[in-house]
Amino acid sequence: MYKLLLCWRYLRTRWIALASVISVTLGVATMIVVNAVMAGFSHEMQTRIHGILSDIVFESHSLSGFQDPKWHMDEIRRAAGDDIAGMTPTVAVPAMLSFQVRGQWLTRQVMFIGIDESTHSLVSDFGSYLQHPGNRRQLSFSLREGGYDTFDSQAEGGAGENGPTRPALEAAGWTHRRMRVAREKLWREKVGARADSAAQPSRPIDQQVDAVLSATSPEDSPPTEAARRDPFRAARPEEGETMDPAKEQFTGIVPGIGLASFRDSDGVDRFLVLPGDDVKITFPTAGTPPKAVTDTFTIVDFYESKMSEYDSNFVFVPIASLQRMRGMIDPQTGIPSVNSIQVRLKPGANLEGVRDRLRKVFPAEMYAVSTWRDKQGPLLSAVDMEMAVLNILLFLIIAVAGFGILAIFFMIVVEKTRDIGILKSLGAGSAGIAGIFLGYGLFLGLVGAGAGLAIGLAITWNINSIRAAVEWFTGQRVFDPSIYYFFKIPTIVHPATICWIIVGAVAIAVAASVLPALRAARLRPVEALRHD
Amino acid sequence: MTDSAAPSPLLTVQGIRKNYSSGGGTLEVLRGIDFQLEPGGFVAIVGQSGSGKSTLLHIMGLLDAPDEGEVCLDGERIDNLPAIRRDRLRNTAIGMVFQAYHLLPELTALENVLAPLLIRHGVMEWLRRSAAAHEQARLLLDRFGLGERLRHKPRQLSGGEMQRVAIARALVTQPRVLLADEPTGNLDEASGAGILDAICELNRRDGLSIVLVTHDAAIASRADRIVRLTAGRVELV
Repeated sequence: MYKLLLCWRYLRTRWIALASVISVTLGVATMIVVNAVMAGFSHEMQTRIHGILSDIVFESHSLSGFQDPKWHMDEIRRAAGDDIAGMTPTVAVPAMLSFQVRGQWLTRQVMFIGIDESTHSLVSDFGSYLQHPGNRRQLSFSLREGGYDTFDSQAEGGAGENGPTRPALEAAGWTHRRMRVAREKLWREKVGARADSAAQPSRPIDQQVDAVLSATSPEDSPPTEAARRDPFRAARPEEGETMDPAKEQFTGIVPGIGLASFRDSDGVDRFLVLPGDDVKITFPTAGTPPKAVTDTFTIVDFYESKMSEYDSNFVFVPIASLQRMRGMIDPQTGIPSVNSIQVRLKPGANLEGVRDRLRKVFPAEMYAVSTWRDKQGPLLSAVDMEMAVLNILLFLIIAVAGFGILAIFFMIVVEKTRDIGILKSLGAGSAGIAGIFLGYGLFLGLVGAGAGLAIGLAITWNINSIRAAVEWFTGQRVFDPSIYYFFKIPTIVHPATICWIIVGAVAIAVAASVLPALRAARLRPVEALRHD
Repeated sequence: MTDSAAPSPLLTVQGIRKNYSSGGGTLEVLRGIDFQLEPGGFVAIVGQSGSGKSTLLHIMGLLDAPDEGEVCLDGERIDNLPAIRRDRLRNTAIGMVFQAYHLLPELTALENVLAPLLIRHGVMEWLRRSAAAHEQARLLLDRFGLGERLRHKPRQLSGGEMQRVAIARALVTQPRVLLADEPTGNLDEASGAGILDAICELNRRDGLSIVLVTHDAAIASRADRIVRLTAGRVELV
């Protein structure tokens, strides 16, 4: 009983010991915050990856793919039908995307993916990553008139406090396409006019654009005077009849937003191309050896998964068009080929179990069956590794705090030597004396860890306000959304992690008090009583 | 130890030797001490500073171990018991009072008196006995005129008051023997006399066996018997 009483009295009267506990508090608080933020990032990333990839990917090793996806899908259903929620075939080939920006051709290496627009949303969150609300409901590869979101629809708070972050998308769609066609036409006209004569008085440029715009609006079909006098048109008279870019589009594609835009330091996205613009894509045909073919496509939307690896790499196209263009449809039977089949499982299904069942049915020499985790294994394990290393480092901070406790406890034992002698003279045993200091260490550990818990949770729950305050105070961006593609710092607090941190911190505090406690226990009462 | 004396002695010290090694040589502090205390007896141990009288008292109080010889309580040897049993004896059978009072500064007067009982009992046991123990401690402090100072910390008390708290603490366990080491050494004459009267009264009225160490012959004369230590040996008076 006296142990409890004395621990409590020492706790209330020895402020120096509390000072040693501040480092435990800081260590615990830091660990809680760092773990919460890391878990937040990791969770966000996994959600993203899982949203992009379906649960299980069934792939062919060959670029030409395998024939008859319907038969394969039936077989898959036969092998694991109970767990399957949806399936969709895809064709993925490496390709090159080229587009013109201010007269200069930019070329990007991309993954060109043919998807089935009616079923693709069944297997992944693909739909929710698009920029047009209509496409988010049901994807269409036809260009929309307008109405693309001018803000990040996935960011909490939507438009944000500083107005739209993507003002350029306001004009995207058919509006942009007609405007661009008109501008190109006007440019050609001007070049032609300069060739004709310089004598004609010219109208202001905006009036000219308006005139051309009204001439090319959809309800107004007869070609204008200006169009008729187009020297290029005159040189290739059949062009206008086969394709009028102001009224028609090429095959629609949905490129990743990272291919077409960049974020400036104000957090505003600037676009190199917009929905409505045409781009050229060069891709290999099926067959051996593959030949490169190039075709023109029209951007109809952007894909934004917030995983820059995907956003700057993927271009989606209707699967039927890609199969046709690559020659993946058997000319005699009309049976198409595909590269892979994406499978989504029912909630609660055993991911690895289904994968293993499919691996048994389909020979590994021809097909690769993998889960989304397998696909991103290195990335996920790298994140886990990073978390583990960080935790070890932070725990060392608490261990350092343990040495602080050790030093201060030794001091207290020396200071209390006489009291220890008194207690022994009153019949307290060595174990009891050691118990006082171990209990004291436990109390201090609990106080330190408790305070650390409170501070850590307070910081975690208010981390975005703290970030804003720090940014306001220092004038520097602490968390740059253009790097992370998040608008807020994500945090997740796992109770189990917190328990481990607190148990660890308390254990270190107790461990640090073992040596001083032993020293106190070993004091000889006569010498202790003589101590001043 | 098979003495045929009518009252068997309460505390017996036989052939006690104690050496301290300091620097190169050894210092012989006690060179074979024999003496005994009868139940209800009051023995004063006197001697010059450094004559080993405090060391003898510490050995009797089991705070120190002799190099040779034995200490017996009720005819049973106690100096070679295991540590736990010696702790127990210190807590139950022996009450000690020191020159420097040796109160715990973090505790109040009442808690200081309760300290031996707190040490004796575990938490559950204490919760059961707390009320009775408090009552007992309060009565003791009342008896020594400290009824109004229960909640005071030692630094708020005078020297005489602190020593009275220390005596109350030694008595709260109802010990078989009280060992007092220069209890008046740090006090002025009046306070010292008060403390000495209290100790004498404990012997006369309550029949408590007492060993008192002092260098003051006047104080020693209040005892039934005086044992004089000179150069580590008993010199009969």
